[in-house]
Parts: sequence; C-alpha cells; structure tokens
Amino acid sequence: MKVQQLKIKAYCSIFNNKVMLNDQLLFENQETDFSSFIKLAYKNMDTNYPKFFKMDDLSKLGFLAADILLKPLTTDSERANNIALAFSNSASSLETDRKHQDSIVDKENYFPSPAIFVYTLPNICLGEISIRHKLYSENSFFIFNHFNAGYLYDYATCLINTGKADEVLCGWINRDTDDYEAFLYLVSTEGSITHNKEEIIKLYTTK
Amino acid sequence: MSDLKQELKEKIITQLNLEDIAIDEIADNDPLFGDGLGLDSIDALELIVMLDKDYGIKLTDPKEGKKIFESIEVMANYITTHRTK
Repeated sequence: MKVQQLKIKAYCSIFNNKVMLNDQLLFENQETDFSSFIKLAYKNMDTNYPKFFKMDDLSKLGFLAADILLKPLTTDSERANNIALAFSNSASSLETDRKHQDSIVDKENYFPSPAIFVYTLPNICLGEISIRHKLYSENSFFIFNHFNAGYLYDYATCLINTGKADEVLCGWINRDTDDYEAFLYLVSTEGSITHNKEEIIKLYTTK
Repeated sequence: MSDLKQELKEKIITQLNLEDIAIDEIADNDPLFGDGLGLDSIDALELIVMLDKDYGIKLTDPKEGKKIFESIEVMANYITTHRTK
C-alpha cells in the first residue's frame, strides 16, 4: 500500500443559518426557520436542481453542502468521478421516520406517503449526491453518538491509500427536531490543510 | 370540472413539491410525466395515494396510473366518473 500524506482541499458548513465555504461566509439569513432558510440558501447558491425541493431535510442539508464543494470539480465533466462519500450523524433519518410514523399511526386514516417513505434511511442523501455529480464510487453513512473525527480520518485515509478513491468527501450531516448541522470536508492528495484528526476537529469545532 | 382541474393543479404543485412551477404554467393537456412536468415514479405513487385519500378511488393495479395520469384533463375526467367522496 502506497502511504501518502493527505490534505483537506476544502470544507463547507451549514449551521446557525449560515453557509460557509472554508472561512468565507457564502450566505446568511437569521430571520427564517430551517425550511425557509435552506430553500433561500439553495436559490442563493444558484443550484439548479428542481428535485432538491422533493428531498427531506437531511438530504437537503447534505446535498447543498456537497454541491458547494463538488460543483467546481464535477460540472465540467461527464466522466464518472472517483470521489467517495463517507458521511455520519447521530440522528440517522429520525426526523423523516417520525413523519412517516405520523402517517401510519391512525389505522382509520392510513395514508403513508411514498415520497416521505423513500427518505427513511440516511444514506439516501448519498444517492442524491451521487446522481447529481455522477459518482459511481464507494459511499457509507455511519451513525455515531458524536462527531467521530478519528474514524473518518482512518476511513478516508484507507480509501485513498488503497486506491479505492481519488478523493473522499467526509463529514457530519445531522437533523433532529429543531437542530441541524452540516460539516463536510474534501480529503485529497492536494490542498493546504494537513489531513489529521486534530485539524478535522479544529475545523469542525470552529465552523 | 374547471374547479376540479384547478384543484388538481394546486394539489400536484403542493404535494409533489414542484416549487418552481406556477399553476398557470400547467395546461390542461400537458403531459404530467416525461417531457411535461417531469414527474417520476415516486410522484406516480404519491398521485395514487392522493386519489385514494382525497377522492376515494383505489387503484388496484398501479399500471392503471399510466393512462389516468396522462394529463390534468384525463385525471379530472377519471375522478369525475369514479370518485366516491
């Protein structure tokens, strides 16, 4: 196995009604709830993808953060990009699971929505991103109690050093009740930030 | 019938989350799938649920939807004939 020092090429966060790319503020709106905020952010980012509005909140979060990082890399090319995805969270798809549960709890009014049901798995978010960016690569969605920088570091390093991926988009996408949080970073052989556990934690905690 | 077509357009936009489409952009005979509104297979299932929930029409064979959901005009005619509520 060829071991090489990897870098963090770029990172993005969506948190506290702000969208950040690296240390640059891309969009902010403190006047709205999550539902309105994420739609405004989508429109502000000029993300032309009408299926966005059909996604659940978790997929909207992951899709938008990933699009900001991947669009410069993938939109000019029709080739299959060998960028793996390694996402994580603590709430899985709980917010959407609850909506589905609400639609089936009353046997006299039993109308489960197929459009909600298809999002009752967190890794559907990865599928949405893969379709958008024509990724045919490795993808995994892990459930942890808390952001687990060490696990993501090991996983991304292994994927690249064993030739399974050229780059890995890693991070934390969580949505539960009134809380939401997205933090994604792109691990590559290029970039200015050293890829190690300490740097990942620093970027995550200062997002 | 005109009211029903308007109602269907509103429901389709709301329930299928077609945020970029206005009611007056949907003509009665526009195809709902393919090159028309671009609805997909999940949307078709959602329309089947809508027929059941709002109009009391149960489609036992999902393939029936292909003809029924051809356009707003066709849907409205079908609902008018078969509705139980």
